[in-house]
Amino acid sequence: MSDVAAPILDIHNLSMVFGGLRAIDDVSIHIKSGEICALIGPNGAGKTTIFNCITGVYKPTKGSIAIEHGERGSERIEGLKPNIINKKGLARTFQNIRLFSNMTVLENVMIGRHNSLKAGIFKAIMRDRATREEEQRVIDESHDILKKMRLDMFINETARNLPYGAQRRLEIARALATDPFLLLLDEPVAGMNPQETKELEETINLIRDREKVTILLIEHDMSLVMNVSERIYVLDYGRLIAEGTPTDIKGNPEVIKAYLGE
Amino acid sequence: MDYFLKLFLSGTAKGSIYALIALGYTMVYGIVQLINFAHGEVYMIGGFVALIVGGFFFTLGLPVPLVLLLSIIASVIFSSAFGFTIERLAYKPLRSKTRLSALISAIGISIVLQNFVLLAQTEKYLSFPSYLPELPFLLPVREYINSTQLIILATTSVIMVALTLLIKFTRMGKSMRATAQDKHMAQLVGVNINQVISVTFVIGSALAAVGGVLICSYMGQINYYIGFIAGIKAFVAAVLGGIGSIPGAVLGSFILGWTESLGTGYISSDYEDAYAFIILILILIIKPDGILGKNQKQKV
Amino acid sequence: MTRKLVIKEVLASLVSMLWFSVLLFPFMVMKVNVASGVAQIRFRWAAMPVIAIAAFVLSFLWRRALIWNEHRGDKLSTSSPFALARAFIQKALSKKPVRRTSLLVLLALVAVYPYALGMYHTNIMITALIYVILALGLNIVVGLGGLLNLGYAAFFAFGAYTYGLLWKYAGPAFVSAGINTGWIFWIALPLAGIIAVIFGILLSLPVLRLRGDYLAIITLAFGEIVRMVLQNSSAVTGGATGISLIPRPWLFNLRLPPRQAATYIYYIVLILVIFTIFVVRRIEDSRVGRALEAMREDEIACEAMGIDLVRNKLATFALGAFWAGIAGVVLAAQTTYINPDSFTLWESIMVLMAIVIGGTGSIPGAIGGALILKLLPEYFRPLAQYRMLIYGIAMIIIIIFKPDGLIPRNRKKYTFVEKVAQDGKAEVQA
Ligand SMILES: Nc1ncnc2c1ncn2[C@@H]1O[C@H](COP(=O)(O)OP(=O)(O)OP(=O)(O)O)[C@@H](O)[C@H]1O
Ligand SMILES: [Mg+2]
Repeated sequence: MSDVAAPILDIHNLSMVFGGLRAIDDVSIHIKSGEICALIGPNGAGKTTIFNCITGVYKPTKGSIAIEHGERGSERIEGLKPNIINKKGLARTFQNIRLFSNMTVLENVMIGRHNSLKAGIFKAIMRDRATREEEQRVIDESHDILKKMRLDMFINETARNLPYGAQRRLEIARALATDPFLLLLDEPVAGMNPQETKELEETINLIRDREKVTILLIEHDMSLVMNVSERIYVLDYGRLIAEGTPTDIKGNPEVIKAYLGE
Repeated sequence: MDYFLKLFLSGTAKGSIYALIALGYTMVYGIVQLINFAHGEVYMIGGFVALIVGGFFFTLGLPVPLVLLLSIIASVIFSSAFGFTIERLAYKPLRSKTRLSALISAIGISIVLQNFVLLAQTEKYLSFPSYLPELPFLLPVREYINSTQLIILATTSVIMVALTLLIKFTRMGKSMRATAQDKHMAQLVGVNINQVISVTFVIGSALAAVGGVLICSYMGQINYYIGFIAGIKAFVAAVLGGIGSIPGAVLGSFILGWTESLGTGYISSDYEDAYAFIILILILIIKPDGILGKNQKQKV
Repeated sequence: MTRKLVIKEVLASLVSMLWFSVLLFPFMVMKVNVASGVAQIRFRWAAMPVIAIAAFVLSFLWRRALIWNEHRGDKLSTSSPFALARAFIQKALSKKPVRRTSLLVLLALVAVYPYALGMYHTNIMITALIYVILALGLNIVVGLGGLLNLGYAAFFAFGAYTYGLLWKYAGPAFVSAGINTGWIFWIALPLAGIIAVIFGILLSLPVLRLRGDYLAIITLAFGEIVRMVLQNSSAVTGGATGISLIPRPWLFNLRLPPRQAATYIYYIVLILVIFTIFVVRRIEDSRVGRALEAMREDEIACEAMGIDLVRNKLATFALGAFWAGIAGVVLAAQTTYINPDSFTLWESIMVLMAIVIGGTGSIPGAIGGALILKLLPEYFRPLAQYRMLIYGIAMIIIIIFKPDGLIPRNRKKYTFVEKVAQDGKAEVQA
């Protein structure tokens, strides 16, 4: 797909209320095609909740989320089921890793390719030639994705037995396997050592440059955020308090206040 | 109206017995997320101990109220000990394993206890002599409610209040609530998980024992198999109310008692055991977490 | 083991001895009998030393076994005879010719079984094989899909009653048309599968929203309601007495005498088992099977991967129900008599036990579990009344010492031969 027509995401006046708690309060975010954008904020600011609203895990209380198709108009997605939203090209990782932990690394990625395959129950039982070829194709494709994420040495390992950093990368690999145009990463380097963090930073850049996937990431690791992202949104107590380039954000007094407290 | 009142009252009595068993189910579930299939058997054990110990003291010629008291005490002690032993033997080794394996272990215990009682005692139905007193002031209204029913109701109410107070205000109660919420965190703040789990089983079993004595006195008979159906129904009651919730278990039990009583009275007694399941399905379809269950939006 | 440790364990066992002596006293020593409203107690003091000694010895052994079990992982991998044997077998089976020959030998053994062992054992084996089909079916639901179903016997009942009712209502038409009634079986077989699938989907529609144990209890409820409906609609289903004189399948136009019919049914069920294994294996190793497993592992992540949970759940129930329906028809044909008592909650629980004991999600596990659960009690028969007690104890011991089941699932491994790179070098990766 050409960059001009590539869909982007538009979040408008989003609010999410849990009981009495306003986890997100009137937030508007606009993701541009091909950028790496970060969403930061202190613990409990509502970052993950925004991801959950975008990906359909929660139904937002108010506001709209839309995929912009450029000239072909926009498509509202708020409140749709997570699997539908994923099919539209949004994929995510989870802050508290949610791998299919008793399955192998390769199988985890193969599940990501679910919707690029067709075989139903009868085809699966018959296992005709087309199905066999399809199956071989998904194995090869998954293998390629794993190589890109430098996980190919773990292929037959049970996901639960992977080192922590590798589990985080596997989550990204699995999300990439669904062929997204927008990848939502929830704290991708949490728990990683500096070496791993550095490597993941490169990987994130590669995903954007080579795979042409737009990235929105939540992260507490400020050096990663500042290095990798072109634009940053800052959230505090559910409200957007700043938006801008890394340099803008670094010098913003509101942001400093939110992080340091008063 | 008259007929309705009668059915309603007998449903209430029945519901309060279900409540005694359902409480144990719900407490255990709340703390270790285990469907304790053997809980019904503990209740059956309670009934048997009361029959045996009561019979022994009765033949010694002790006065009836004393026999009643001793048999209830014995039944509570032995059932609690059984509950404690079952947990240590069959559930504790599986605590870190899948929940399915603990469930199978529970079913295994259920089979073992049933057959143990069958072999050690009898497979026949035994009639259960009631030591519960006749309350003279109930004579005029005995068509509606008899002494046994009233005693059941009163006992259950007292126990319920006591249990609520225990869980709300004592240190152990606090530990139990903490463990139910988050086992790991509770351990970090110094709660002794093993102890809490044991106490939960002991309390649950003690309640089941009281339930066992009362319902056997009410029905007038006992058999090694009575625990199974009662256990399932109590579990249904606990789920109805929202499993893990103590007021939920009580409410669910009453709803179950009323449904069964009114269903058999007005519709047909052929389906006595089915009403429990039908009402369960209806309620869960409307409220998937039970009536008082927390609608937990899973945090992602 | 140091001396101090021995003393400690002996002491602990002594405590257990005391504990169990008191705990079991009212049941083992006192025996109650109720005559004319008075409970009479007879004391059996002889039981006392028996409990004490048994409690001491068993408690000591139990403690040792638990300790052994805990440290099993460290030692077993290298030197124990079990591990060596297992490694040897695994290695042998990894070679294709060995695998093929042993499969052929197994098939041959299974094929001559009815001739070698006679009708009694054949009938037992038929029942066990019916359970193998049930276990394989439920394994799809619980093992792959992770949906705890405690009402599986209902689908078994749908199958059996499909055949029973078809016989009861269409049988006379067959007779008057001069068609032999042995054909009804062959009509009932696929029909029962289809009917079970339809009911599976209908019953699961309202419960799709439920999670975990709520699902378990509601399936239990459905199962019991189905049984009670069968029991109480006497006009149609024959109520508690059920349907009798159901025909066994005929061999073409030949009506077989009971002995030969049993052999015939044995082969039918054997072929069905092989068919089931074939199908279930293919499902497991496919896009559909992977989606089911993903759902078991994590519903939220599964949905985030674009998988439709509702469709997935319906597929799970339908796939599971199908095999139960088929198995039900075979049961009706074997026993020639069905009533609601064959489809109680216990039946559902037994099948569940079979797959958990065998190894949840594992096909050989489901087969092994079902065979053990059905054959053990048959061969326990000499133990007479102690049978069920020992059975229960065996279940607990197995699950405590092998919580992942006797034959846990072995996940498929993939090997990659790197495509020849441009410089002509081939690279092999694990
Ligand atoms: N399902 C839920 N039910 C109730 N409250 C919730 C739920 N999910 C989130 N919250 C609340 O919403 C607020 C925002 O949570 P969120 O997880 O979005 O924070 P976050 O910015 O991702 O924080 P962190 O950096 O710690 O991950 C918190 O107060 C949290 O407790
Ligand atoms: Mg978060």
